[in-house]
Amino acid sequence: MPLTKRIIPCLDVTEGRVVKGTRFINLRDAGDAVELGAFYDDQGADELVFLDITASSDKRKILIELVERTGEQVFIPFTVGGGLRTVKDIKEILRAGADKISLNTAAVKNPKLISEGAKIFGAQCIVTAIDAKRVYVEAPEYAKDKVIIKIDNDRYCWWEVYIHGGRTPTGKDAILWGEEATNLGSGEILLTSMDKDGTRDGYDLELTKAFSERLNVPIIASGGAGNPQHIIDAFSLGKADAALAASIFHYNEYPIKIVKQECKKSGISMRL
Amino acid sequence: MPLNITIIDYEMGNLKSIYKCLKHLNIEAKITDNPKLILDSDGVILPGVGAFGDAMMHLKEKNLIPIIKQLIKDNKPLFGVCLGLHLLYSKGYEMGEFEGLDIIQGEVIIFDNSKVDKIPQIGWNNVEFQNDKHFLIQGIPNNSYFYFVHSFYGIPKNKEQVVGLTKYGEIEFCSIVSKDNVFATQFHPEKSSKYGIQIYQNFVDFCKR
Repeated sequence: MPLTKRIIPCLDVTEGRVVKGTRFINLRDAGDAVELGAFYDDQGADELVFLDITASSDKRKILIELVERTGEQVFIPFTVGGGLRTVKDIKEILRAGADKISLNTAAVKNPKLISEGAKIFGAQCIVTAIDAKRVYVEAPEYAKDKVIIKIDNDRYCWWEVYIHGGRTPTGKDAILWGEEATNLGSGEILLTSMDKDGTRDGYDLELTKAFSERLNVPIIASGGAGNPQHIIDAFSLGKADAALAASIFHYNEYPIKIVKQECKKSGISMRL
Repeated sequence: MPLNITIIDYEMGNLKSIYKCLKHLNIEAKITDNPKLILDSDGVILPGVGAFGDAMMHLKEKNLIPIIKQLIKDNKPLFGVCLGLHLLYSKGYEMGEFEGLDIIQGEVIIFDNSKVDKIPQIGWNNVEFQNDKHFLIQGIPNNSYFYFVHSFYGIPKNKEQVVGLTKYGEIEFCSIVSKDNVFATQFHPEKSSKYGIQIYQNFVDFCKR
């Protein structure tokens, strides 16, 4: 029985409440964040991720209170991300009791934030979150400075990094950025497919696999989970170390326990 | 008299999560570097996240090394977690060679990267109990999963001190170690859900004796 694959419910929060965006828009309320977190711990979640989608520094106090309260009721590791821009921001969240923080836009704009954070707090608590979107090309030679992957039907693509909650394209290659972030000291990658997020028709397995095979840190697959088979595919075909999902858990459509049992039946190492 | 548990504060890592886990068990622990408070308590927790050398340096600066050794002489329950486990050993090889507290004879070394997939080991792994009767694991099924985050592990010279074993890649290492009233886990019980909480409960019950 080796190290298990992890199932991670993601809680998008604003002012201490959970919301779930579909393709990053159309928010709807799904409950109190701490209560839901404790519920997931009880259900067998391996970790939790809180993403603060308000991400404004004037609301930081509310986020810190949420982190404090979560630590009182949740006894599994949890990551907090959204709007963290400085080493001071990172320190505040970790001090409040988070085990890890995730950096997205701020790390793209200032990659040194990763190395500074890793040096002070340890690589294990610095997660780089990458929002990636496919860019199709006719042939590999059309995008020489990018990592081109041949996907189904003889098509080729690379993945572009988006920032600002998926609103702003950067022109950056996601795989190369992932490698850079890892070299700077990021201990994990939270990889979201923008093409798949909110679709519920499965993870971007080519993206997940490309990251898992190239990077020497755990990859958390995100975006597109609609049923247990999608999660099984993320582990077996996408070679992910962890699978993150939101809506399939929030409405108890597929309880975590059921998902984990299905994974185990398929031969995936799980904590049950 | 309420039970008096202290968590040693030497500026290494997340002490609050241990504090909150104990609070969940209705124990109001003290987070402190005060020698008197530490020596007067019913049980002491040595936590820690970070590097071996830095940690020993902080303990030394705060003059806590003789205090911890005094706890051993007094036969006080002492519980080490993660880096707190490493420090109990004689020597550590994290970014150099450092003397440890030498309470448990043995060494702390890094995973051999040809024998494991990724370093650090991050995630849930199972613990195979070597001594079912040990108080620390009562109420917990054998091979339960616990949460690990580490690149180094300790090798006790005396194999009778091994309470739990865990396999990562091709390496089998000691994940729970115990000697007299000293106990330590490589994993983080405070992050290991209900069975982790049970470990603290068992430690607290032991301190009540």
